[in-house]
This record gives sequence, structure tokens and C-alpha cells, in this order.
Amino acid sequence: MNKRSLWSGPYILWMIGFTVIPFCMILHYALTDRDGAFTFRNLLAMFEPVHLKAMTVSVEVAFFCTVICILLAYPLVIAMKRLGLFGKSYTILVLILPMWINFILRLLALQMILSNNGVLNHIFSILGLPPHELANTRTAMMIGIVYDYLPYMIVSIYNSVADIDDDIIEAARDLGAGSLTVFFRIILPLSVPGLLSGIVMVFVPSMTSFVTANIMAGGKIQLIGNIIEQEFITTMDWHLGSGLSVILMIFVLLSMAFTSRNDPDYGMSKIW
Amino acid sequence: MERLKNFISKAYIFIILLFLYAPIAVLIVSSFNDSKSRVVWGGFTLRWYRGVFESDQIMDALFTTMIISLSASLIATVLGVMAAIGISAMKKRSYKAVMAVNNIPMVNADIVIGISLMLWFIKFMPLGFMSVLLAHITFDVPYVILSVMPKLQQMNVSVYEAARDLGANAVYAFFKVVLPQLYGGILSGFFLAFTISMDDFVVTYFTKGAGVDTLSTLIYGELKKGIKPEMYALSTIIFALVLIVLIVVNIYSGKEERAVIDH
Repeated sequence: MNKRSLWSGPYILWMIGFTVIPFCMILHYALTDRDGAFTFRNLLAMFEPVHLKAMTVSVEVAFFCTVICILLAYPLVIAMKRLGLFGKSYTILVLILPMWINFILRLLALQMILSNNGVLNHIFSILGLPPHELANTRTAMMIGIVYDYLPYMIVSIYNSVADIDDDIIEAARDLGAGSLTVFFRIILPLSVPGLLSGIVMVFVPSMTSFVTANIMAGGKIQLIGNIIEQEFITTMDWHLGSGLSVILMIFVLLSMAFTSRNDPDYGMSKIW
Repeated sequence: MERLKNFISKAYIFIILLFLYAPIAVLIVSSFNDSKSRVVWGGFTLRWYRGVFESDQIMDALFTTMIISLSASLIATVLGVMAAIGISAMKKRSYKAVMAVNNIPMVNADIVIGISLMLWFIKFMPLGFMSVLLAHITFDVPYVILSVMPKLQQMNVSVYEAARDLGANAVYAFFKVVLPQLYGGILSGFFLAFTISMDDFVVTYFTKGAGVDTLSTLIYGELKKGIKPEMYALSTIIFALVLIVLIVVNIYSGKEERAVIDH
């Protein structure tokens, strides 16, 4: 410890007060029952069928949404690079501008577009396609989640692709590599840090986005976030809610352990 | 072939932007719709815009949101800059330990952050404006640190030492030499923190208690009754304002970038 590191004193106290102690509180609630007696019941409750199902659905949904975001984001970044949109300051702004409108309102509007007599089905009927009843389905919920978190994935991948030296790509092309080879042998491997941070930023919130599930699936699908929210707001069993939260937290931290060598925030800190 | 590829690239970018902006277009159209139904067009009106400024509930929520986001991001910026300066001087082991704790609020699910803070706050204070503010500062600081840290690592420490050797006291040297070098990181950290605070719903929802509402929690509360069209009007106003600010900043920073390159 030298003199300069004392500057971090106030924040270290803050972290103890508002990150470490709250963490101990949730652990305390998770490991006790209403009478204050020690129990593992709240943690083991995750294995009850209802909770286990919600957890499975959450992991599935989060996994597929993350994959869809990756599959949508890479071609976009490549297309932007092709058209010389890199390094222009407005590029990123155009992608994050929608985030300034409250996400609940944006989801409601998306729901209007997808609803049975909405814009999308109108376009389908003009094109002579059969109508799709998307409203209040799992598909609608997943479209909502992808809509919520796609910008994070795009920005993360964009930032790490922007760091790739153009000369390397140039050299590969000179040596006869085609577009596909350049992508799989150069761009993809070199953008892994951005991809990993994108995965963290999409996967974790996808599992718990109870608001998106409520709006887009009309309350028909329970994510683990919905269960936890209900334990705190409706059922008022804080001990059970805390137990499920702790299991969720352990799961998240374990599944994210493989990205720990990278900054979890490769993307967002570079937006502005 | 090249032209075809360029065309496909443009078409693809267009489709993704359409996906991202279509709901916003719907909101803007709804804000001028003279019918409470979201689906039927009942003619053009500006009455929802008048309604925004006449509704105490909406103005209160807007005011609360602005005050909380602004003060949380300002306090978080001060705390975060100081923390980053201190942490960057630490030995590798303590650096890693502190950064690991610092990353928790960013990696963890926001519902868990909100709940754990709420469980702690109720032990010593009523839930309300103050608890929301403390919660926002807590999740804002990590983003400030992440924005400032790279600038600190690029910074040349000898300039500070030179200033001290030439007789500047520590405070003067800090404000004249260190801060200007961190300026870009501090500014982006502040804006990032502000944006995240403005947009937050989950943590606010769990730490707010009764009586206090930000725009997000107010909108969520209206979900069952149906959203007031005034909300669409307010969103359109905010969107237009942010768009103007971003365009102005963009033109300004574009000029600055060119000026730097010219030197």
C-alpha cells in the first residue's frame, strides 16, 4: 500500500457497505427461515419442479437469445466494416440511441407491431402470407429479449473488431484468403474478447428479464426472474426468494467464470 | 460482384436498423394519435403534449428521475475517479481483489442487486428517495472506473512528478496535470453512468418503497391500467432532445478530432 492507493479508500468503504454487506444479507435470508433458524430449504427449493422448470426455461431462452444476437451482430459489423462505417462517431450513436427511450414503452410498441392485428400481420397479408399469431408466445418473448439486448452485443463486437489492425486483413487477402477465410481465421479469433463480453451482457440479463416476459408473453411464461420477483412482491416469502437468488447468482458466476480474464465491459465503456 | 455485396450489406444494415427503430416510430406516431386505443388511428392531436406538462404525476416522476440520475452519476464520477487513481497504484494482488468486487454489480443479475440492497436498507432506513440514490451510485461507480482506468494506464506519471518538482503542491498538480489527462474517460464514464441510471428499472423497483416513482416505475405501474398517451408524448420529446444533443456533440467532437489530427 502506498500513499496514492489511499485515494480508493472512500470507494472501498462504499463497496463494503453496499456490495459486500448486502451480499451477506441475501445469504443470511437464504440460509434462515421465518423464525431465524438455520436451514438449507430455501436453497434446495430450486430443485422443486416449478422452480427447476423456470430455471431450465430461463437458461434455454437466454442461450438461444444470445446465439441469435451473435448471429445477427457479426454480419452487421462485417457489413459496417465493408461500407467504411468504422471510426465514424455517429455509427455507435445510431445503435444506442433507442436505449434513451424507456425499454418498457419500446417493448409495448414492439408488442403492438407483433400483435395479431398489428403491422407485421398487415404486411404479411399484403404479401399474401398467412398471418402469424405471435402475440403472447415464447417466440414473441424471445424477439423482445433479442430487441432489448442486441445493441449490447453489436457494440461489444464492433469495438473489438475496430481494434483489429487492417494490415492483417490486407495481408491475408494478398496471400489469397477469401472473405470466409478472413472471417473465420482472422476476424472471429481476434474479436473473441468483445464476443465474450457481449455474451455476458446478453446472457445474464436475458435469464431474469421478468418485465419482458410479462409484457411479451402475457404472463404465460415464467422465467426465474419472474419467480423471484413474485416471492418478494406477491407471496412475500423473502427467505425463499433470497435462496433462489443465491442459486441464480452462483450459476451466473460459475458460467461467467470462463470470461473472468476479460473485462466484462469491453463494449459499454467504449460507447461514449 | 462487389456491387452486389455492397447492396446486400446496405440492405442488411437497413433491416437491423428497421428492427431497432420500428417500435420507436410506433411510439412517435401514437403520441400524435387522438384516440386512447393504441391500435386505432383517431386523427392528429397535440393534446397529449399539453397533458405531459399538466400531469403532476408525470412531472414529479420526470423530476425524480433527473435528480436521481444526475446526482448519482455525479457522485459516482467523483468516487470512481478517486477509486481508479487509488486502485491503479495498488500491487497486483490487491488490485485484482478490489477489481473483482468492483465487477460484481456489472456481472450479477440486476434483480439480485436490487433485492440484496433492499434487504440491507430496510435494516436502517426507510425505503425512498435516499435508498434509490444510494443504489444507483452503487451500480454506477463500476462503469466510471472502467471508463477512467484505461486513461490512467496510458497516463504519463512523470508529468505529475515534474509539476511537483517545479513547485506545484499536490492539489494544484492534480487539478492542472492529472485531471486534464483523464478528462475524456471521466466524461464518458459520467455519461455512461447517467444513461444507465436513467434507464434503470429493476434496481429502482426493489429499492424505492412506496411514494417515490421514477419514469420507469411509473410506466410499469400503469401497465395493467393501460399506459397514458402522455407517456408517448414525453418519450418523443426526450428522444428529440437527445437526438439534437447527440448531433451537436457529434459535430463538435468531429471538429475537435480533426483539430487533433491537424496538430
